[in-house]
Amino acid sequence: MNYEPFHFHTERRLVELTGRTARTLAELRAAVGEISGACIFYHTHHLFLSHHFETPLVYNDFADWTGEALQEGALSEKLAAIDLMSFTSIRDLREAIMATIDEHLASSRGRPRECPPGDEFYFCKSKSFIMATGVVALDVADFFRKLAGVTNLSLYFHFLEARLRLERRTNDFSHWMRGRGETALADDIDSLDPYIVTLDELKQQILESGRAHGFA
Amino acid sequence: MDSPERGIRLADYEAVVGSAVLDELRVVASRVEGLRLQNINSTAVGGGVAEILTRMVPLLKELGVQASWDVIKGDQRFFDVTKALHNAMHGKAETITPQMIECYRDTTAANLRNMTFGGDVVWIHDPQPAGLIEAKKNGGKWVWRCHIDVSSPDARAWQFIAPFVDRYDASIFSMPDFAQRLSIPQFMVAPSIDPLSDKNRELDQGFIDSVLEKYGLDPERPVMTQISRFDRLKDPLGVIAAYRMVRKRHDCQLVLAGGDAPDDPEGAEVLKEVREAAGDDPDIHVLPLPPYSDLEINALVRGSTVVFQKSVKEGFGLTVSEALWKRKPVIGGAVGGIRLQIIHGVTGYLVHSPAGAAQRAMQLLGDPALRKRMGDSGYMHVKQNFLLTRHVKDYMLVLLALDHPGEDIVHLC
Repeated sequence: MNYEPFHFHTERRLVELTGRTARTLAELRAAVGEISGACIFYHTHHLFLSHHFETPLVYNDFADWTGEALQEGALSEKLAAIDLMSFTSIRDLREAIMATIDEHLASSRGRPRECPPGDEFYFCKSKSFIMATGVVALDVADFFRKLAGVTNLSLYFHFLEARLRLERRTNDFSHWMRGRGETALADDIDSLDPYIVTLDELKQQILESGRAHGFA
Repeated sequence: MDSPERGIRLADYEAVVGSAVLDELRVVASRVEGLRLQNINSTAVGGGVAEILTRMVPLLKELGVQASWDVIKGDQRFFDVTKALHNAMHGKAETITPQMIECYRDTTAANLRNMTFGGDVVWIHDPQPAGLIEAKKNGGKWVWRCHIDVSSPDARAWQFIAPFVDRYDASIFSMPDFAQRLSIPQFMVAPSIDPLSDKNRELDQGFIDSVLEKYGLDPERPVMTQISRFDRLKDPLGVIAAYRMVRKRHDCQLVLAGGDAPDDPEGAEVLKEVREAAGDDPDIHVLPLPPYSDLEINALVRGSTVVFQKSVKEGFGLTVSEALWKRKPVIGGAVGGIRLQIIHGVTGYLVHSPAGAAQRAMQLLGDPALRKRMGDSGYMHVKQNFLLTRHVKDYMLVLLALDHPGEDIVHLC
């Protein structure tokens, strides 16, 4: 049994521009195979923090751009449908994006579309600074008391960034609770899909899971 | 109305952004505390850069960064050269002659002799002082902050500036579209509005009503407004065309307000065209406002039902954030930074034509609940992304980033 306290961390993010652009699907495909993992993560996740008060229609920039700029509606839908919850590494996510584009390129006929000038895809990446917040939960009950007060940035780090970008395979909360012997609670929290709700809603769902297991 | 702007302190922002945002600023600040940050630009007053530094430097100091601000000196000829360079960086065709380049180099050399460079980080704003990079040999990290739209710069102008820029430790641009092929890191830091400035702070309803009355507007009827210079790129004639389409279905008034720029021959010409297009329609109010009209502009936007920013080309277009902050849905041209501020269908609508603008305006005028929902979302969007406090945080993160080149994830625990 692990009796380590839980240290809430948070993330501050700076957007770094790569200077690389794409005007066609072929250029996008080539770039997705070469850009850094930080780039892939940025373009599939940055909207979660940009306006978490509203669930965007599409979180994935690749889906948005192929639909809006290239008018490739079917491909856009397939890219948007890539289930981020099913991946625990950027490497696998990158493969899935490439495979989806490859499949579309192989089946599409006619002249490849080029985006209108000014609508190019601009590749960016996240430069993340991870810091301790100073908020520490001594036990599971204390965790739920403290969770109510942590920021969405902290939630984002422990639930999305840690799981996929740091390849911890699960969210930090569930990992810690399993170590505390709260396996059922950890599984419940692990089953929450952060990609279909806002961060505010996600926090409420985690708190509700705690209440359902007797941690008010 | 008296201006309370002077003496604004960090704590004053708590009522607007909440204590968590200020706590976050302090956490980041603790990592850069004591750092000497020397800002250098080309003017102490006037223009967006001076406006930002006026507000930014005191806040950074309060957060423990030893921020300072110096201004380069130059004669009229130098500033004519840098204005041409500025326009060319924006993509306007300008002739950059060898004499102009010599003037730039001479003035840079004079400033290098006369200025003292003492920062741990030297932060150079825009192309005018970019040549000061020659002083980097004296030490410190150097950052070039580009505030202008360089999405399609004149090739010759960029080729002149790029060798300077490549010698910096990092560069900062306002939008992804402005990124260049450079050998140094490029960060994106969007501009911001100050929620406590006269242009954006809360106003009494009585003052708003008095401004509407002063300009002959009926507060009982819908008001559609565009605040911008009289510039063809802001498409004021397109806005009038949209208004005329809307008027067929909705009783409404139109305000086109902005600086009259008497020293700008094109501005005067566009203003004349706008007045001609408005004709004798008593519900079109063309208001060339004098400088320092921030409170009146604030009141006009707050008194509006819908706001336009129907630009056909735009650098960033902070007038959009200024309107969203006042909980107004904005109908904007789908260009430049407007696309970052308007989330289509959430905080307003992105349009491509007067017809599109008219159709969206009619939709908004006919649906108060939609206006309210979009207004609230717009306010939240600006609160999270386009306020001065976020801008300050991003600048401090750039300071941190300089010590961690090449690292995508930096653990500071």
